[in-house]
Order: sequence, then structure tokens, then C-alpha cells
Amino acid sequence: MTFPGVKALDNVDLTLRKGEIMALMGENGAGKSTLIKCLTGINAFEAGEIHLEGIEGAVVNHSTLDAQKKGISTVYQEVNLCPNLSVAENLFIGREPRTKLGTINWKEMVKKAQKIIDDLDIKVDATQNLEECSLALQQMIAIARAVDMDCKVLILDEPTSSLDDNEVEKLFTLMRQLKDKGVAIVFVTHFLEQVYAVCDRITVLRNGQLVGEYPINELPRVKLVAAMMGKDFDDLAAIKTGEKQDFSKAPLVVDAKGMSHKGTIKPFDLEIHEGEVVGLTGLLGSGRSELARVIYGADKNQTGELKFRGKKADINAPIDAMKLGMGLLPDDRKAEGIIGDLSVRENIILALQAKRGVFRLLPMSKQIEIADKYIDMLQIKTASRETLIKQLSGGNQQKVILGRWLATDPNFLILDEPTRGIDIGTKTEIQKLVLKLAGEGKSLIFISSEIEEMLRTCSKLAVMRDGQKVGEITENLTQENVMKEIAGMGA
Amino acid sequence: MNKIKKLTGMPLFLPIFCMILVMAVNIIYDVANGNFALNFFTISIRNGILYGRLIDILNRGSEIAILAIGMTLVVSSSAGTDISVGSVMSLAASFCCMLLAGYGVSSTNELAMPLIIGVLGGMLMGCVCGAFNGFLVANLNVQPMVATLILYSAARAIGLLLCNNMIVYVRVPSFKVFGDYVGIIPTPIIIAAVCIIIITLVLKKTALGLYIQSVGINKKASRIAGIKSEKMIFLCYVICGLCAGIAGIVAASRISSADSNNIGKNFELDAILSVALGGNSLGGGKFRLAGSIIGAYTIQAITTTLYAIGVSTEQAPVYKAVIVIIIVAVQAPPVKAFFKKWSAKRQLAKGGAA
Amino acid sequence: MKKRKINGNTLLLIITIALFVVMYAAGCIIYGSKGFTHLQTFLNILINNAGLLCVTSGMTCVMLTGGIDISVGSLIALDCMFLAVGMERWGMNPVVLCILVLLIGILFGIVQGFCVGYLNIQPFIVTMAGMFFGRGMTAVICTDQVSISNETFVAWANKKIQIPFGIGSYTNSKSVLQVPFIRVTVVIALLVLVVIFLMLRYTKFGRNLYAVGGSEQSAAMMGLDVKKTKMYAYILSSFLCSIGGICFCLNTMSGNVQQASGLEMDAISSAVIGGTLLTGGVGNPIGSFFGVLINGTISTLVKTNGKLLSSWSNIAVAALLCFFIVLQSIFAKIKEKKG
Repeated sequence: MTFPGVKALDNVDLTLRKGEIMALMGENGAGKSTLIKCLTGINAFEAGEIHLEGIEGAVVNHSTLDAQKKGISTVYQEVNLCPNLSVAENLFIGREPRTKLGTINWKEMVKKAQKIIDDLDIKVDATQNLEECSLALQQMIAIARAVDMDCKVLILDEPTSSLDDNEVEKLFTLMRQLKDKGVAIVFVTHFLEQVYAVCDRITVLRNGQLVGEYPINELPRVKLVAAMMGKDFDDLAAIKTGEKQDFSKAPLVVDAKGMSHKGTIKPFDLEIHEGEVVGLTGLLGSGRSELARVIYGADKNQTGELKFRGKKADINAPIDAMKLGMGLLPDDRKAEGIIGDLSVRENIILALQAKRGVFRLLPMSKQIEIADKYIDMLQIKTASRETLIKQLSGGNQQKVILGRWLATDPNFLILDEPTRGIDIGTKTEIQKLVLKLAGEGKSLIFISSEIEEMLRTCSKLAVMRDGQKVGEITENLTQENVMKEIAGMGA
Repeated sequence: MNKIKKLTGMPLFLPIFCMILVMAVNIIYDVANGNFALNFFTISIRNGILYGRLIDILNRGSEIAILAIGMTLVVSSSAGTDISVGSVMSLAASFCCMLLAGYGVSSTNELAMPLIIGVLGGMLMGCVCGAFNGFLVANLNVQPMVATLILYSAARAIGLLLCNNMIVYVRVPSFKVFGDYVGIIPTPIIIAAVCIIIITLVLKKTALGLYIQSVGINKKASRIAGIKSEKMIFLCYVICGLCAGIAGIVAASRISSADSNNIGKNFELDAILSVALGGNSLGGGKFRLAGSIIGAYTIQAITTTLYAIGVSTEQAPVYKAVIVIIIVAVQAPPVKAFFKKWSAKRQLAKGGAA
Repeated sequence: MKKRKINGNTLLLIITIALFVVMYAAGCIIYGSKGFTHLQTFLNILINNAGLLCVTSGMTCVMLTGGIDISVGSLIALDCMFLAVGMERWGMNPVVLCILVLLIGILFGIVQGFCVGYLNIQPFIVTMAGMFFGRGMTAVICTDQVSISNETFVAWANKKIQIPFGIGSYTNSKSVLQVPFIRVTVVIALLVLVVIFLMLRYTKFGRNLYAVGGSEQSAAMMGLDVKKTKMYAYILSSFLCSIGGICFCLNTMSGNVQQASGLEMDAISSAVIGGTLLTGGVGNPIGSFFGVLINGTISTLVKTNGKLLSSWSNIAVAALLCFFIVLQSIFAKIKEKKG
């Protein structure tokens, strides 16, 4: 399976034994979801084979349904059930028990359903509507459906992301029960603690390649993080970064106190000084993007307050933040960055135009000038400035969006994963650019999955874990320290 | 093969192609009936006014063209259509005539109020209706067509109430002028032209067009880039309402009366058809106003041609409905994918033969 | 029965039923002297809206999938005109004609359903084209008003089914005993209602409609044929609409191009008022039944008043529709916040 430009999955082996829980770990873009999609028949794969117990020869799944019939079921983060139907129906839809007349036998269905969920010790009334159940329950009901359809392999794709600790514990109990029944479980998560709580083995992927399979007790946390990030732990200690400037005396640009957004990020404080680059680090889903979004107003701040350059800032929508001189390069380029059907020029000037207001249209000559300036400066490879942005490669799209923000001349810029899916050369350019901007007295938040990048560019790292800011590292910025913090072992 | 592809890929291919098709049908029809082959294009001056089938199309197509402006913006920004435009036209016309004649008067020879108040009132009523639709769509997230369904059914009824269940006649020359002639040119043509010029200027001189398209293509990204998506969508509906108001006044002026039940009837279909025919996707996003406007006149040309061939007013929708379905079906993703597969197969077969 | 939490959807239904009761009670108090309290007034609402009831049942099914069908009004006009012209001008047998009308409905539904289900075109656009097509075809058949005088058909239309045991009977001012009655159309409509209710509850297809409306993606993941389900929903709607067309024709005994104009609006508003969500997945024919009754009560109230213009009933229905749409969107927002 290859995606344009990038090989998503390259020669990966995966073995799964009956009655074990295996964690599938890897950073974003490591190929976890691609692997799952290949297993469940959503994506076709180009090379390799799948073998299943009890089936002769290699298995090819053409659809999720096909995979389900062969015993591979997947439960996703966003539950794939119908919220408007009852629990019992969700368990039985498509295979409802019938009466002699061919009509649905509700009594039988509810009875059977109640038995299934009771057997799995899920505490819910089968006649209840699914949408009235908590997300955790819905998750479990989805699992129950898979189990009842005789699944041998159960793939749980980040089932815990939106569950609280209590709910996670219930889910784990269920997983252990299934394990005892002989179901093989693949557990995908970003939460390290959870891996160590339930799993027997860990398989680590990185950049579409298999890093290794490890029994759980042979891979301590720090080593796991290192494996995921592709660094040998022992080498890491050796890398030291240069002297860092002290910014504590520079004027404060961002002063956030107790800001939060329900469900995504718990209250946090953050200070950023003029000319400072602050990195947000943590695993994906740890709240690093969410923190930035709350400051920018992309998600509404619900508690606490933000002082921007000493003044209290009321931000209701991104435009308010922009008027103060902020900019946000979002991590999901396709969904929140590019306007696919508009040209490169239009995409570059969009934010500047929005800032100027609808009536002060940039004259065409000026638009061309700005567009050309950034195409040139960022070396954007495009057929012309009127080419539609969707026709560009990912890296070039990213540069266009970067150009969009630079064009607004921001004094505080948030870059969320600006280097993802971009070749090495461009990555270095972007890092240089970040340092250059900081040198001009602009403040930045830099978010990246690659710690090295952050060590090179940031003077302070805020560490995020489980939707919470758990610490700041200003001294001793080494990969070793950072990883320890991320892994939750405290430096 | 390549040349054809280039031609069909041109931005205004669809509307212009349809226009040419309609003209061809006209020429064939004229020849078959033993008339002068270019009858369709002949323009003459009779009784001091321009005369000819082409002029007739431009004249009668004015309302559709005006509606097409608003509809294009609505489709682009919200990926849905405003099906209330016809009814809003009727309501605006009723309100305008009610103001001019006075409440409860069924026929008048003199104005109860200055003309300008009536006209502004009609336009304002259009805006109010547009704002109502816009509020439901932008702020309450109701699907556009469901939201506009409310006024689709209620606006006519409200119009009837305003007119006390009568057809209000305003037989005043100064009111009649909007549907009549200025010098030798039919006024509706001028009004439509003015509307088109104004909106073109607005789109050219402000960033409105960029904002609307941006919101239509990617609402989330537009928001991050600092555009207030809800506001834009709301605005588009207000403009659409205003256009319906203007069209309503023109339609009322043509017949010197507010006939609630018949003004703007079936116009929603024509307006939507114009947008689709203009090569704009009904899924929102990029739009070409010129396409919609050519589309609008093409629709009128089709209608006029149908009438000329002897199809009655009531039967005409059959043909239009078929055209809508064909145009939309051709644009539908599954059909497109099918054609792609088919042409690829053909190419493959060709390559194999060679 | 265990005690259940009342959720937004049941609340909507309760509001609807309460609204009907209040409205009818108000009618009884204000227009008691005009005979509003008689059982027959209620039965007349049923008689007058039998066609609408059939149509609304079909509409509910389509709306459950998250779609909409605005072609129903013109399809009824087409049916009526076909019946009228068929009997009066072509001298055909009413039974044959009725079967043909049902076939027309199915054909109409197949085309619309195919466009929506398999071609993925917005239901609104498809059925709007259908709406204009139907109305236009009506005019193609005949542009005049055609009254029906076929004996069999007239006999069907005039058949009174009296309510037994003298329930609701009264003697009028001329001391003649008035026994309340219903017509054949009411029986058909109620039968349709019951069948649809049972279908939605007890058949696989019925539950699939709910599943598709609840989440198309999930339904597909769970192995349902979403495209087919959608297509069948439109076929069902057009078929029921044709049954409604026959009922409608039995009421009006004529065919006319402008017949049943705006009926789609009544059907949609009845379904929405009856608690069917526009986003799909929630709704049931019983709610829609009350929606129809509310619709009927409004127009009866306006008629009984005598002084009010008939457009008031249009406006009242639209206002109610608006109210319920806003209510639904508010509920949706609350739900979103919770989730």
C-alpha cells in the first residue's frame, strides 16, 4: 500500500497469538492505521499475505464485512453503531432473530442481547437507546457485537481516547475477559500507561516499517518512546544542543492563566516571551494541538483568561486572534488548512485579506506580488501561482499555508506539525525559518512529533500528557530528559 | 479526442453549448415551418420599441437572471439551494403593491404612497425573507432546502393576506415602467443589467467572492484563516432575498398587479437550473456568475422555444425537470467515475489494437 | 414497564400530542356552537385528510433515511388526473385504473430512488425535478378540470361506513338522527398507517430505514445495503403517495392540474410536527398521524371561523413547522454539547 509520495507501509510482519493482547504503537504516520486497514480489507495491499487460524491459504479481505465474516472485527474510536437504535438492535442489526411470520422477534432479540452483555459483564439495559449510553458503554457494545459475531481477532483502534479513567478501567476488564476466552486483541493507543496496564506484547512501527516486537517486560517506557521515535536510547544522551538564550526578562507576549476547553484540554498556564520559541511536546492526543487551539480561539476558551502583550484578550473567533497578530498553522492540513479549489495565490492572500476586511480588497497587482514573494521565498514548487492548491504535493501545500500566515506579518505564530510529511530539506528550511522569525522578535509555538527539531528550535518545552500540561523543561534540554517527561517518569 | 476534451473542459462550455443547441433547434424549427431561417436573431423596431425573439428572451429572462445571481451565491456558500425565491418574489410583489395601493384596495389609479417607498418596501421584504432563511441555515444549521421550505409555502400565503386575498392592481404609469420600456429598450433588461453590473463590481472590488468561495469549499479552514463563515452564509441568503424582491417587483410591474398565486411560479426551478446549467456545482464552492447568467437566459430561450413549438405553460416544467436531472446526474460522482472507467477501458482497447 | 428517562425525541412527540389536544379543546370551546364538539367534526378531519395520511406515512419512511420527497403533491395531481381522464375520456375500468396508478407510483419511485440511492444526487433536487415533472405531465394529459361521474367510482366515494352502537349520534335541529360516519378512504388510510407502523417496527427493512438514517456509515459497516434501502424508501413513498392519490381523488372526484399543490408541504410539516427528525433516524407514523390531525384541525378551525382567509391555515402550518425545526435544531445543539 503506498500513498502519493510516501510508502505508507513497507514489508511489515505482524503475528498475533490466540488469547493475547498486543499493543500496536507508533507515532502519527507510522503506518498503524494503514496496517489495520489492510487487515480489515478497507485498503488493498500490494505485497504480502495474511494467514488466519483455521483457513487454508492466504486470506484476502475485500471489505470490512468480508473481514468480519472471517473473524477480524474492528472497533474504532468513533463508534460505528447507530445512535438512534436500541442497544439490542445495534447488536443484532442485519441478523435479527425472526418469528415464524418472518417479522422481527423483539422479545427474543432483547433476551439474547441482554445475555450477551450480561455475559461480558457490561451493565446496561438492552432496550435502552444507544445514544443514552456513555461513550465507554457504546464502545463496549461495539466490542460485544464483534465478539458475538465470532470474532477471533479484535482490533481496537484508539478506543480510549475519549474515555475517562474509570471507563478505561471497565474497558480493560472487558478486554481481559475476552483474552481469557481466547480472542486475540490488537490494541492501538497513544497512552503509554494503558499499554502497560493490559498488553502482553508490543509491536512498534515507525515510518511504515517494523521496528520490532517486544514482550512487555522487556521494553520499559523510555525505551518504547525511543523505539517509536526511532532513536536508540543510549545514543540520545550524547546529543546536546547549543546554549539557550534566557528570555525571562523579555516582555511577555502570551500570558495564559487557567485556560481550558472541555473535553480536549484541562486548565493550563503558559507564558511566552518576545522572541521566544516554545515547543509543545507529548505524544499525539496528549493535548498539544488542543492547547494551541484554545489560545488561538479555534476552540473556545472556557475558563481562565489570556493576556496578550499585557492586555486582556477577548477571543471569540480566530479573526479576533488574528487582529491581535496571531496566526495558527493547523496540523490537519487537508481539513483545516488548504482551501482545495482555490489557487495558490488565493490561498496565500486569504488570511491577509480576511484581516483587512471584505471591503479593502487587495489589488490584483499586490496579490500577485505577495504570492510571488512567498512562492519565491519558501521555494514552493507549483506550475503557476494560479494552480489550484489541491494539485500541489503535501509539502508544498504546507509551505503555501505557511506563506499565508507570514503574509499577515504576525507577531505570534503557532505552528502545529509544520514539518509532517515533508522531505528533510524542507524540514530544515522550516526550522531555519522559525529561528529567523524568532530572531526578528516574533514569538512562536512550535509543535512537532520530532523531538530533535524542537530541541534545535525551542528554548522552552512544555510537556503534555493526557490532555494536561504536566511540566516545562527550560534547562537540560536533552532528548533523554524530554522522553522521560513524556513517558511520565519525571526528570 | 484531445481537442474535444479541451473544449468540454472550458469553464463556460456547458451553458454556451446549451445556448447554441437551443438556437439550432430554433433555426431548424423556422426552416421546417418555411420561415426565414434566422428569424430567431432578427431584431427590428416596431412601434418605437425593439422587437424580436431574441429581445423577448432577454426581456422575459430578466427575472430569472436576477434570481440566478442570488442563487449562485447561496449555492456556493452553503451547498444548498434556496427554494423559496419564487414565493418570496410573490410576497415582495404583494407587499410593494399593497404599499402603493393601500391595504384592502383592489385596484387603484393613483399611488397611495410615493413610488420609491413601495419599491424599497418590496426590496426590503425580500431582504427580510432572505435574513430569515439565512438565520435558519447559518445559525441554526438547518439544511438549506428544509429551511427555505418554510417560506416556500408561507410566503405566498402571507402575500395573499397582505393583499386581503385579492389581486391588487396598480394601474399607474410610473409603476408600470419597470415592466415596460425605457425608450426602445425593455426596462427589465436594463434592471437585470444593472443588477449584474452591481454584483460584478462588488465581486471585483471587494473580497466577497473570495470569502464566499472559501467558505463554500472549506468552512473549517476558512474559519481558521479568519473568515466568519456564518456571517458569509447569512449574507448570501440576504442577497438572494434581495434579488428575489427585485425580481418580484419587475414581475408585478409587468402585469401591473400583484397576483400572489402566479407571480414567481416555478421560478425556483428555473433559478436552480440556471446555476446548474452555468456549470456551477450544486455541491457548493467555486462559482462562475457569468455561467449562471448565461444559464438563466438559456433557460428562458428553452422556455420561449417550447412555447413557440406549441408546448403550454403548464407542460413546460416536464422538459425542464428532465434537463435538471440530466445535468445533475452527469455531475454526480458515481456517474463521473463510471465515465472515467469507461473511457479508460476504451483507451486501453485502442492501445491494445494499435 | 421500567421507568424511562424522557429524551428529546419523546418530548417532541409529547409536545405534539399535547398541542393537538389543546388545539382541539380550544376549538370545542370556541366553536362549540358551530358543531365542533360533534364526533363527526373529528371524523371529517380524518375523511378530509385520508390522502394526506397515506402520503405522510410514506414521507415519514423517506425522512427516516434522512431524505425528503417533495414530489408527492404533484404525483397526486398526476394520479387524480389520470384517474379522471381515464374514466371519463378513455372509458376505462376504475379498478384497472387504480392498479395502473399504483404502478405509476412505483415507477416514479424507482426513478427517484435510483437517482438518490445509486447516483447520490441530493434528494431535494431529485424530488423537486420529480415535482415539476409530475405537475407538467398532469398538464400533458389534460389541462382542463375533469369531473368524475363513473358510477362505480361514485359509489365508492359515497359509501358511508356508520359508527356502530350510536356512539356520537345526535339529533339535529330538524330532529333527524345524525349517525357519525367515515368513508372508505379513512379505512384505507388507517390500514396504511397500521401496516407502515408494523413494518417499521417488525421488519428488517423497517429497521434498516432507521439504521441508515441514524448513521449511513455505520449502517454500511454493519453490512446493510444502504443504497438499496434508500431506493426502496423512495419507491415506498411514491407508492403510498399513489394510494393517497386514489383517496384524494375519491374525496375531490375530479382531476385538475393545480390539485394538491402544496401537499408536499403539509406532508413534511405533519411528519416534522409528529416528531420525525429532518436529519433522519428518528420518527414514527403515530407521531405523523398526530401531525396530520393537527394540520387538519388548523384548517378546520380556520374554515369554521368563516371570516379568516384560507391562507391563514398555510401560515399557521408553516409557523408550526418553523417552530418544530428550530426546536429540533436546539435539541441537536444540546446533544452535541453533551457529547
